[in-house]
Amino acid sequence: MVMIELKRIIKAGFINFARSGVISWAAVLVVTITLSVITAIILLQAVLHFSLDQIKDKVDVTIYFNVNAEESKIISLKESLEKLPEVEKVSYFSANESLKLFRERHQNDYSTIAALDEISSNPLGGYLNVKAREVSQYESIANFLNGDNTLVLGSTSIVDKINYHQNKIVIDRLNNIISGAQKLGFLVTLILIIISIIITFNTIRLAIFISKEEIGVMRLVGASKMRVRGPFMVEGAIYGIIATIFTLIIFLPVTIYLGNNMTNFLGINVYDYYISNLFQISVIVLLSGIFLGIISSFIAIRKYLNK
Amino acid sequence: MIYFNNVSKVYNKDSLVLNDITLTITSGEFVSIVGHSGAGKTTLVKMILADDVPTEGTVFFESINIFKLKDGDLTKLRRRIGVVFQDFKLLGNKTAYENIAFAMEAVGKTNEEIESDVPHVLELVDLGSKMFNFPHQMSGGEQQRLAIARAIINQPELIIADEPTGNLDAINTYEIVQILKKINDLGTTVILTTHNRGVIDSIGKRVITMEKGRIIRDDKDSKNTI
Repeated sequence: MVMIELKRIIKAGFINFARSGVISWAAVLVVTITLSVITAIILLQAVLHFSLDQIKDKVDVTIYFNVNAEESKIISLKESLEKLPEVEKVSYFSANESLKLFRERHQNDYSTIAALDEISSNPLGGYLNVKAREVSQYESIANFLNGDNTLVLGSTSIVDKINYHQNKIVIDRLNNIISGAQKLGFLVTLILIIISIIITFNTIRLAIFISKEEIGVMRLVGASKMRVRGPFMVEGAIYGIIATIFTLIIFLPVTIYLGNNMTNFLGINVYDYYISNLFQISVIVLLSGIFLGIISSFIAIRKYLNK
Repeated sequence: MIYFNNVSKVYNKDSLVLNDITLTITSGEFVSIVGHSGAGKTTLVKMILADDVPTEGTVFFESINIFKLKDGDLTKLRRRIGVVFQDFKLLGNKTAYENIAFAMEAVGKTNEEIESDVPHVLELVDLGSKMFNFPHQMSGGEQQRLAIARAIINQPELIIADEPTGNLDAINTYEIVQILKKINDLGTTVILTTHNRGVIDSIGKRVITMEKGRIIRDDKDSKNTI
């Protein structure tokens, strides 16, 4: 009996959708706008995260060692650093590698190269390049380095310099910008989603308001609340499904355009991102659409069901 | 079957629509309630469906206090009552067939029962050829016959017809009254409200006259009062 009832409700929902004509399509349009906002937010978040990740990637701390620092001490420090939970990666560059890289960087600077050639020994020491998982964690890594006794060889430190202290202001500012951008992004997302939900809810409420007399009649002929409410909820789900299809189609040319023209500016090819994450985006948009349609219908019909 | 116990209804604090109504309707009766517009007829019958709530007093259906029913029980009670309205109150986006099928689905009838009974009842009210028409594609008389078909499809114990002829011409009015009489002859209790005394003259059954929310006459046989 439950299955028969369910089948009748679903069938009635489809029939109502088809027969409501303009009202149904107006509701689909509004849900499409809401889902477009959600999709745009997903893409914007991707651009924002990509940009922030790129910025984060440029930040690191380098520990330069004295020329006479023992390699075993440096390797031991590298291993200690790698054990820290804040550290993502530590790269060691020996004195010879430092020199090689230096020469490569200055290959067009003849006077520097000539000066280097004049000196028979390697004037550069090795260095460790440390990448933290989060920008905010560099400070605790720097604190670890300041407190590590292995850095001291006899009475002198094996460390020539740590560039964290020079970069601290930039890192702190970057940290604030990243945290601010994330908070602002979340706030804007929240506001846009709330506005979209309110608009969608009101449109569906209007569509149901038109049927309020019929709802009363259904109740008077003995239909249960679920029998009356069910088809409207199915209609809401149909709005969501059709709006999802429209939204995904609309974003195809939009992302192609952005991919072709804005990749340099955005730092990410939005079309590639859209296509490679199409399944996840479709699921999010579809579930949002169905949820919005069903919940809006459920709430909107409540006041007419109380008789 | 139905008992109104000192029922009063006040709208907006000072508008008295029903004034201390006490009334008993027994099973199998045909009761016509007559009165001018605003006499309280519609409010009275709405209370049988719990579509309106009294300010004082209560209404019993058999021994059940209608206003103490939970939602599910009220739905079940409504399934025992067929309703016909002046403005038909058909489901506009459903065909004649679907309007009746909906009432059957509401009481849990099977698809086989629906497929066999709906065409039959539509033939009974002479709407066999309009089965797949929407209400807006039918005349007033046809719509009212459809509403009656919907009201009787589940073989209710009681039919409430609230001004069913109010929007109809004389020929259609006569037809509707005859259909209601036939339904009553088959044992169903019928309550008919109308402001048109001419309608009830032809019925010759119990007539209750209302004025300003009160029952001013209750004639068991209207033929004696004409």
